[in-house]
Amino acid sequence: MRFAVLVFPGTWSDWDCVYALEDLGQTAERVWHRESSLDEYDGIILPGGFSYGDHLRCGAIARFSPVMSALERFAATGKPIFGSCNGFQILCEAGLLPGVLLRNASLQFRCQPQELSVERADTGFTSACEAGQIVQLPISHGEGQYFAPPTVLDELEDARRVLFRYSGANPNGSVRDIAGIVNPMGNVLGMMPHPERASDALLGGTDGNYIWRSMIERWG
Amino acid sequence: MAQFPLPADAAPAEADDEVLAQIALSRREYELACQMLGRAPSDVELGMIGALWSEHCGYKHSRPLFHHFPTEDERILTNLGEENAGAIDIGGGWVAVMKIESHNHPSAIEPYEGAATGVGGIVRDIFAMGAQPIALLDSLRFGPLEDRRNRRLCVGVVAGIGGYGNCLGIPTVGGELVIGDSYSGNPLVNAMCLGIAPRGALISATAGPPGTQLMIVGADTGRDGLHGATFASVELDESSAERRPAVQVGNPFLEKSLMDACVGLVRDHRDWLEGLQDCGAAGITSSTVEMAERANAGIRIQTQHVPRRESGMTPYEVMLSESQERMIAAVKPDHVADVQAWFEHWDLHAEVIGEVTDDGIARVLDGDLEVAAAPVSVMTNPPAYEPYAERDADAASRSEWDPSSLPDLEPSAANDALLRLLASPNIASKRWVYRQYDHMVGTNTVVTPGSDAAVLRVRGLKQGLAVCTDGPGRAVELDPYAGAARAVAEAARNVACSGARPVAVTDCLNFANPERAPIYYQLSESIRGMSDACRAFHTPVVSGNASLYNESEDGPVTPTPVVGMLGVISDVRQAVRMAFRDEGDEIWLLGGELDQNASTLGGSEYLAVLHRKSAGPIDVDLEAEAALVETLVAGAEAGVLKSAHDCSDGGLAVALAESAMAGEVGVVVEIGEVERLDAALFGESGGRAVVSVDADQAQRLATIASRRGVVAARIGTVGGDRIEIGRIGLELATASDTWNSALPALLDG
Repeated sequence: MRFAVLVFPGTWSDWDCVYALEDLGQTAERVWHRESSLDEYDGIILPGGFSYGDHLRCGAIARFSPVMSALERFAATGKPIFGSCNGFQILCEAGLLPGVLLRNASLQFRCQPQELSVERADTGFTSACEAGQIVQLPISHGEGQYFAPPTVLDELEDARRVLFRYSGANPNGSVRDIAGIVNPMGNVLGMMPHPERASDALLGGTDGNYIWRSMIERWG
Repeated sequence: MAQFPLPADAAPAEADDEVLAQIALSRREYELACQMLGRAPSDVELGMIGALWSEHCGYKHSRPLFHHFPTEDERILTNLGEENAGAIDIGGGWVAVMKIESHNHPSAIEPYEGAATGVGGIVRDIFAMGAQPIALLDSLRFGPLEDRRNRRLCVGVVAGIGGYGNCLGIPTVGGELVIGDSYSGNPLVNAMCLGIAPRGALISATAGPPGTQLMIVGADTGRDGLHGATFASVELDESSAERRPAVQVGNPFLEKSLMDACVGLVRDHRDWLEGLQDCGAAGITSSTVEMAERANAGIRIQTQHVPRRESGMTPYEVMLSESQERMIAAVKPDHVADVQAWFEHWDLHAEVIGEVTDDGIARVLDGDLEVAAAPVSVMTNPPAYEPYAERDADAASRSEWDPSSLPDLEPSAANDALLRLLASPNIASKRWVYRQYDHMVGTNTVVTPGSDAAVLRVRGLKQGLAVCTDGPGRAVELDPYAGAARAVAEAARNVACSGARPVAVTDCLNFANPERAPIYYQLSESIRGMSDACRAFHTPVVSGNASLYNESEDGPVTPTPVVGMLGVISDVRQAVRMAFRDEGDEIWLLGGELDQNASTLGGSEYLAVLHRKSAGPIDVDLEAEAALVETLVAGAEAGVLKSAHDCSDGGLAVALAESAMAGEVGVVVEIGEVERLDAALFGESGGRAVVSVDADQAQRLATIASRRGVVAARIGTVGGDRIEIGRIGLELATASDTWNSALPALLDG
């Protein structure tokens, strides 16, 4: 597959994502936020970081970048968009996913390995897993507390759009332990954890590859 | 007639005591400047000289001692003090670039921004050389955390480091947190940065030939941080809070763009540039004047062309502002437009603010008015001082105290002693700190915080890099020479425990007022001790920083030279961690006996925690330390070591407990008849490490050690869910709870 890894000023997981995908034999190109077309790509990654220094709110300025209208068009085609960390925040700000990410309940930044339960395995992002499987992916954020009104949460649950929940101690106070959700079409995933940091055995884990492999299988 | 005429449009500056005090220049130094100029300086000149002659920029008391340091070997690519950081050839076509720097005074006044901008400054030093920063470390000292004021400083500093570093996408992989009485009110915040670059791709901080255009890029210039270099060069007192305007405010987002743009510019278009320099202490003054000095040239700065964020700024304020996130690029005249366009991509504005001249004069213009015209050589040649040195009588007598005069530890109190040590903030798990730092971004952190050293890979390179910091202040206070040598030895041991061969040192010298004899003794003896130790490990000093005048109303800080050590692992896949791994593995003690003399308790954490005592002899055996390092490196390269951890704070028992807790597996170690139970368990004799090996590899380990003249003995086994060390017998979970909960209990809530 040919992936675009979007780069905003302040993005920092761009190279990490490029390397993780290249290590799996995929093509991944960093694409600057001023780009206006994404038509030539098969999948889009919105990596972590502090786009625009998190000024105003995380992701609040990035959503006005030129590339965002291309991203919205891309989403409508059904091809995959994956946002992690700041990428998840941007997807929420842009309205491609519901809800918001608030400051961690601890009011402190948290960087640590984190266990997640895979809620379902019949999606384009999780088909390489088994339902109920526990995977370990690092988290690294100060504003990762997922929040949405109860009606929205019930909608998400009813449509089984929660793909990942924090397992064990909830690291940021996210409502209903939500760590990652998809859009109704199932082609836009946002999650706080970083699969690109668990894609190399040398760094102590490869569970992130479940997500990449699932995407490649479904959309490659 | 004056040797160098007064600038055309300026009068000699007022130089009353108040003016000189503001720039921390003594009357004699002022007179020396007049003598060198052949006249009195103008207002702007006086400000520039004051900043460049400050201790912070001019190293007046430390420079005469630097000749002790070994600074060269075939791997070292820079000369000490000549560039923004030191560069080391790590093989495979790559170089590492590193430096450590203090931000103590700003952090004492404004902990969040003080620490944040400390990170910003050290990162700029690395990318000013064209290197990509890949890791940060932070060596921190605070007063007792039971005191609300110290807690506020600690919480603020950690948040500031995280707030800035996390935003940059550079992992913070290590450092230290040490608590001591003397740091109340004068915390130490030392930040170290490590970068990498392809060999031959670095750029110098020179101005280039006459005609070269000087461009400023990054933040607009404001009044923030005025006299910051001066502030860093005086003691803190009750009026220090009023110096808050001398503390800058950081913008890490801007720094991230500036870093990406500068690293990319040097990588892709080095031929457009003559040099690159960051605007640190003393702002545009120090950056441009020092660049001119390196090029043997003069400069002409037009202050009207400096983009400002405040109106009504005087040329004096423009030249001395310490606004953060600014760089000076020396650009070839034909490429000014190219450089401007390059930075535009990141929404950064680069402006020409001056040029390089051939007359050796630093000229400052305010529109048509010339307000400074003093020789670069005067500004960059502050006086150097070597005050009278004399050992502090109290420290000397405490170092002669004999720990055997204390009653030995009762066997029945051994459990309690271990638990109290595990709960000491100096030994307790630092997870509370490092989980607030992104230590994984960049996906190169092979060994994450919590082991003896952090290990980083360099993508595409077989070798890995190990880094750590160490600064045993208590030992240095008791015996500056041996204590400082120990700082180097501990750092070398720490990187060696990860399997790396130590290759180079960066150091941050944190001392009190050097004009006093006991302090100058500490400083000069520490440098001598570090120098001898660096020779023993073949680790030249490549960069560093001196932070003097660390005193508050409560008195001087404990002398704290902090050593940042770089090691190279020949194969990063063989990196070794602290954690015990498998049940049944054999535990070996390298470099010393189980039975230890009471003197090994000198300056120990055990004495400090259980007897509230900082006393006793400090020994160091550099030859034995070097042999241990060789053994650890050889053991790792042979693939024999399954874990390695040095015995330092808390001695053997704490080292064993830490390896067990990190590995979540128990330990059983026999301790037979010993002369002193306290010394056997908690003595801090140097040159020792605890390793674990597969039983069938034990003989290979013994051979590796004996070939290097290192004592090696099997002392126990990994396994179970208890910590059994002689008379110590504890549930592993009890020890872990104590160790893990100590810092959160002190700092949360």
